[in-house]
Amino acid sequence: MRTITFSQAVNEAIAEELRRDPTVFLWGEDVAEAGTPFKVLSGLVEEFGPERIIDTPISEPGFVGMAVGAALTGTRPIVDLMFGDFLFLVMDQLCNQAAKQSYMSGGKLKVPMVLRTNLGATRRSAAQHSQSLQALVAHIPGLKVALPSSPREAKGLLKSAVRDDNPVVIFEDKLMYQAKGPVPEPEEEELIPFGQANRLQEGEDLSLVATSSMVQVAEEAAEGLRAEGYSADVIDVRTLVPLDEDTILASVRKTGRVIVLDEGHQSYGATAEIASRIADKAFYHLDAPVTRFGAWDVPVPFSPALEDQTVPDAARTVERALQLIRGEVARA
Amino acid sequence: MTARKTTRKTTKTARKAARKTVDSAGRTPEQLLEAYRQMVRIRAFEDNANELYLQAKMPGLTHMSSGQEASAVGVCEALDERDKITSTHRGHGHCVARGATFRPMFCELLGKEEGYCHGKGGSMHIADQENGNLGANAIVGGSTGIATGAAFSAKYLGTGGVAVCFLGDGALGQGILYEVMNMAALWKLPVIYACENNQYGEYTHIDEMLAGNMLERARAFGIEAEEVDGQDLLAVMAAADRAVARARAGEGATFLALKTYRYFGHHVGDINRSYYRTKEEEEHWKAERDPIPLFGEVLLERGIATAEELTAIGEAISREAAEAVEYALEAPYPPAEAARDHVYAS
Repeated sequence: MRTITFSQAVNEAIAEELRRDPTVFLWGEDVAEAGTPFKVLSGLVEEFGPERIIDTPISEPGFVGMAVGAALTGTRPIVDLMFGDFLFLVMDQLCNQAAKQSYMSGGKLKVPMVLRTNLGATRRSAAQHSQSLQALVAHIPGLKVALPSSPREAKGLLKSAVRDDNPVVIFEDKLMYQAKGPVPEPEEEELIPFGQANRLQEGEDLSLVATSSMVQVAEEAAEGLRAEGYSADVIDVRTLVPLDEDTILASVRKTGRVIVLDEGHQSYGATAEIASRIADKAFYHLDAPVTRFGAWDVPVPFSPALEDQTVPDAARTVERALQLIRGEVARA
Repeated sequence: MTARKTTRKTTKTARKAARKTVDSAGRTPEQLLEAYRQMVRIRAFEDNANELYLQAKMPGLTHMSSGQEASAVGVCEALDERDKITSTHRGHGHCVARGATFRPMFCELLGKEEGYCHGKGGSMHIADQENGNLGANAIVGGSTGIATGAAFSAKYLGTGGVAVCFLGDGALGQGILYEVMNMAALWKLPVIYACENNQYGEYTHIDEMLAGNMLERARAFGIEAEEVDGQDLLAVMAAADRAVARARAGEGATFLALKTYRYFGHHVGDINRSYYRTKEEEEHWKAERDPIPLFGEVLLERGIATAEELTAIGEAISREAAEAVEYALEAPYPPAEAARDHVYAS
């Protein structure tokens, strides 16, 4: 396997799908010659032309709504939404239109579209360019939600998303675009199926269940625990919808302790749903309360002095994990 | 009274214009008769739907399009099987005009398994994709993006099709309309914005809600815009023909402002309307501007049908509608477990 960046992996996935299927096209703001502000799409317009890599005006509801219409009528659009925060602009088109077409029509209509966007704080981008809104989307039946945590996932999940007959929202971690990792050669096509979590590390004492940017935090925390003589299962959730409950529950039933991590706000977040399912279905296997770490319930602050602490990190995860393992959990 | 006289005069002018457009619409007598039948079908459908509501036999509520038949039929008669429409919450007329049949429509209104959407959509979401109807939409302006996107894919795939976005005057207040009109103009998309201006957005007159002139809004994007008497079937048909021809020729979008009137309230339960419009106004539109007798008169004058034949058409369609209502009332509901189906396409 070669080593490429997350950004290259996304670019390759799109290029391969565009080559494979002429009904696939991509649009969004500054996606063509500019290749997006993150340069993730650089080179695509040169190969596929402006007919398939299409710069739109700054009209998020408009081009998301049009993608729904295009998807309903024989094409497979990939929509680039420059920042996850802009999801709030497209809620009607995504949640009232895209998500409900199949259901409202009794299965007669389908919306095979992908909305690529991003998540993640600590880029000093302040409150309107730093949010992690995956829980918001995962709340709406009819949408699928993928959260790649590595270049390999970024490619394999995106390719699956393009071939899915449903609207899929993929959140890429902005901080990860330059991260490198192993990815299969282009000729060894890999589609990572939705609804299959990935166990990255095996351990006995605790389960760390994480999404996207928090997978790395979980891996670092597992390393920290090893130094203390403990081992952890690290589970990358990969897709919030569909959720691979079985893999998560099997891990927790084995270890009896769990911390769930996701970069969205803690209250009513993805961690709450996963923790609740664990509490429901693995209650008699638990040796400690289910813990969850999300971002603080504050808008993301600008100043570095303020921002970093609002996102879960490995040090606090280790600290909490040790309390859970050693039975030092204070009773409320 | 002056206003009323003026309207009468306008009506006469409109009738004269209607006669003139017979030939330009280029339809055979049989096609014109079929268009008449389609308008009568819509009226019959709505009358029965209203009755179902009044008799408390229909769950929820519905929005009647009675009075607006000519805009639905006139536009849809200009389309063929390549073309798509999107519809609104006031969408039964568009659905019938595009070729839907009574039984699955009434079944859908009553939440029955045999409905177009297996009872999952109801009145506000009937979709009939076999006839190119991408569905009614219960968000005002909610389908403007969908229709424009359907026009994009028609162009992208080279199908030669056009997409019609039916919208009400209320949708002129939604920002997405201007976003997608901008892209439709930039990319010369084969889309027709058929704005049925029935003059009321819910319970408020358009004059209180719309600044400037709606045609100028479209023209600001370089979109061809035309005002049409929405009660004059032939005028609507001719305008739609022009718009479709432009779209198919790659000349881009058209905005049609179809001035019309809805006889019922915003929805079936909107009975007392005196606080927003007068009974006299309603009576005037029904008596003087009803698209069905107006077009019937043209058929009589042209010798395309006799009065007896038109009456027979009305009676036959009434029977057909009554039979479909009977059928739908007896039809089974979907099984409860079907509530979990179709959340995702498989």
